[in-house]
Amino acid sequence: MPSLILDGQIFEDQWVYLEKAEAADQQQVPEGKVVVPLATWLAQKDSLSSRADIGVWLDSDEEPEALADHISELALIAVNFPKFADGRGYSIARLIRERHSYQGELRAMGDVLLDQLFYMKRCGFNSFALRPDRSAEKALAGLTTFTEVYQAGTDQPLPLFRRRA
Amino acid sequence: MYKYDDYDHRIIRDRVNQFQDQTNRYFAGELSEEEFLPLRLQNGLYVQRLAPMLRICIPYGMLSSTQLRRLAKVTRDYDKGYAHFTTRQNLQLNWPTVEDAPKILAELAEVEMHAVQTSGNCIRNTTTDQYAGVTQEELVDPRPYCEIIRQWSTFHPEFAFLPRKFKIAVNSCPDTDRAAIHVHDIGLQIITDESGKLGYKVLVGGGLGRTPMIGSVIREFLPEHDLLTYLEAILRVYNRYGRRDNKYKARIKILVKAMTPEGFAEKVEAEWEHLKDGPTKLTDVEIARIKSHFVDPDYQALDNQPSELATPLAENKYFSNWYHRNVVPHKKPGYAIVNLTLKKLGVPPGNVTDSQIEQLANLADEYSFGELRVTHEQNVVLGDVEQSRLFELWEKIKPLGFATPNLGTLTDIICCPGGDYCSLANAKSIPVAEALQAKFDDLDYVYDLGELDLNISGCMNACGHHHVGNIGVLGVDKKGEEWYQISVGGASGQDASIGQILGPSFAREQMPDVIEKILQVYVDKRNGEELFIDTFRRIGLTPFKERVYA
Repeated sequence: MPSLILDGQIFEDQWVYLEKAEAADQQQVPEGKVVVPLATWLAQKDSLSSRADIGVWLDSDEEPEALADHISELALIAVNFPKFADGRGYSIARLIRERHSYQGELRAMGDVLLDQLFYMKRCGFNSFALRPDRSAEKALAGLTTFTEVYQAGTDQPLPLFRRRA
Repeated sequence: MYKYDDYDHRIIRDRVNQFQDQTNRYFAGELSEEEFLPLRLQNGLYVQRLAPMLRICIPYGMLSSTQLRRLAKVTRDYDKGYAHFTTRQNLQLNWPTVEDAPKILAELAEVEMHAVQTSGNCIRNTTTDQYAGVTQEELVDPRPYCEIIRQWSTFHPEFAFLPRKFKIAVNSCPDTDRAAIHVHDIGLQIITDESGKLGYKVLVGGGLGRTPMIGSVIREFLPEHDLLTYLEAILRVYNRYGRRDNKYKARIKILVKAMTPEGFAEKVEAEWEHLKDGPTKLTDVEIARIKSHFVDPDYQALDNQPSELATPLAENKYFSNWYHRNVVPHKKPGYAIVNLTLKKLGVPPGNVTDSQIEQLANLADEYSFGELRVTHEQNVVLGDVEQSRLFELWEKIKPLGFATPNLGTLTDIICCPGGDYCSLANAKSIPVAEALQAKFDDLDYVYDLGELDLNISGCMNACGHHHVGNIGVLGVDKKGEEWYQISVGGASGQDASIGQILGPSFAREQMPDVIEKILQVYVDKRNGEELFIDTFRRIGLTPFKERVYA
């Protein structure tokens, strides 16, 4: 089972991820912990929202605003990084946390590598489904690269200029 | 100048350690070429045609003599003994090794320097007027605002992987613009509103490169304390909606054009509504803290035009030429701003040797409170020289090659490193600059032409800012051969415009004669002391075209 970093600890990833389907309203959603594409969740939310083991994943070109009304009910939201150099997921994460006040697990998935974890954490991700060829033990170090930061972020509500002694 | 405290030191030290670790993992095969690429770029490290190139950040162009001496040392220890001042107020080393880069960065960190975000798809070094803080033309000193932007943009977690590079420039002069804010991704003009409150006019979507564009005003007045939240709103809209499918259409100017400036402004304003009263809104305490780093040095009470200046001006024509070309009025009586030109015949524009860098450090210590500025025209400036010591300074810099009295003239050429160094270039640019400097070595003729910008880029990426040169030269590749396309009528500054292409391109050896023909048209057609750009705007492109292609 692929490994996962959640709140600074290493686990095995228990979730199954469904790929985007042609007809989202027809997509079969199996039992157990399943992360469904945004379109599937939107098409089937009447039946899916009663389940506690459903997560939703957004691609980097999708709008977190689409989740707004039901966001607090979700056990897991994942944001896909199709390539690590696609930086849209950072803005999406901040909006999910700061605009929509989501408190649950926010996971980075896709091309998730060690050297981007610190920025991801700052933007509100607390969960990282690493690319399978990467060592979770080594990646943990990426969460603590910097001991101080200038900007406000989801992890640090005040910019340095409001904290400078 | 801004002085690091423990926080700033800690952040830059953490960065050096991070990059050392990344470089180690790259050499151990744990990071692929593709994964290492953006990491090294965001630390200023390119891999060039002949060797890696390290671009060292000079925040808004300010350097202390201590920093200059360290730059001389790394240029000597890790390179071949010369470096290159760029058109964005930075400094490039052309021959370091990848293995040495973390060591160089560690040495720079000791003197409060770095290469952070000098490359890559992120927010780059913020640039401003090279005369900031010493010119009488400015509303307020723009440097504190540049430093505020520097800290905010340094390792901003949300904006490290933008669609494309992102450049911000700040100007504070109402009537002139040496920072070229109209051709930056964001241009900020510091202004006051009717009630006298300080703020900024905000322009977005200017730029050079393949699709040159003049920026659009998206907000007429943004209050002083809202600087960072508004920048954050602009960057968030760009990060989410800027194109990522084609790197030639990924700059913010393309997005602004597609959405229209009004549509883009609406989106930014809507985002800003959520951010404007958040913790990132600037405080009085922070603005005052940053400003305290940019207070005036210990100026003496002096008079303008002392006899130590007036006498040699009257008696020495060469000194007088230099004074009238390269020396600029200072806000304090008895002081002057002095441009040291790095455009001596036979030396690539902007290039300096390690010993020249040390000489610059000594000059800064002796004449200008230990500080020096780098200009986007690739010269350097001593900002605070006593007028009574100008003659003495001139005599000292003449043999050093810093006194070529050509500032702002035809032979003060802006020029990228070009095909001699850069792997992106289509054509060499330095030999063209040298051929033109050799052809037009008659200073009386050059003075008679007056202010005239000639800018050369070796490719479409436009590092030599050819679009905004009064005469622009662009290197193009035609079936593997190097050719040069000429544009006329570009200008930077408050009335910025993009040059118009003259016609088919030329071979390198034709260039001096072609430029001479363009100048002849100007000399024939100009009214009195009319500047080249004004003559062009009056008569248009056709007379130039007819003469050159006759």
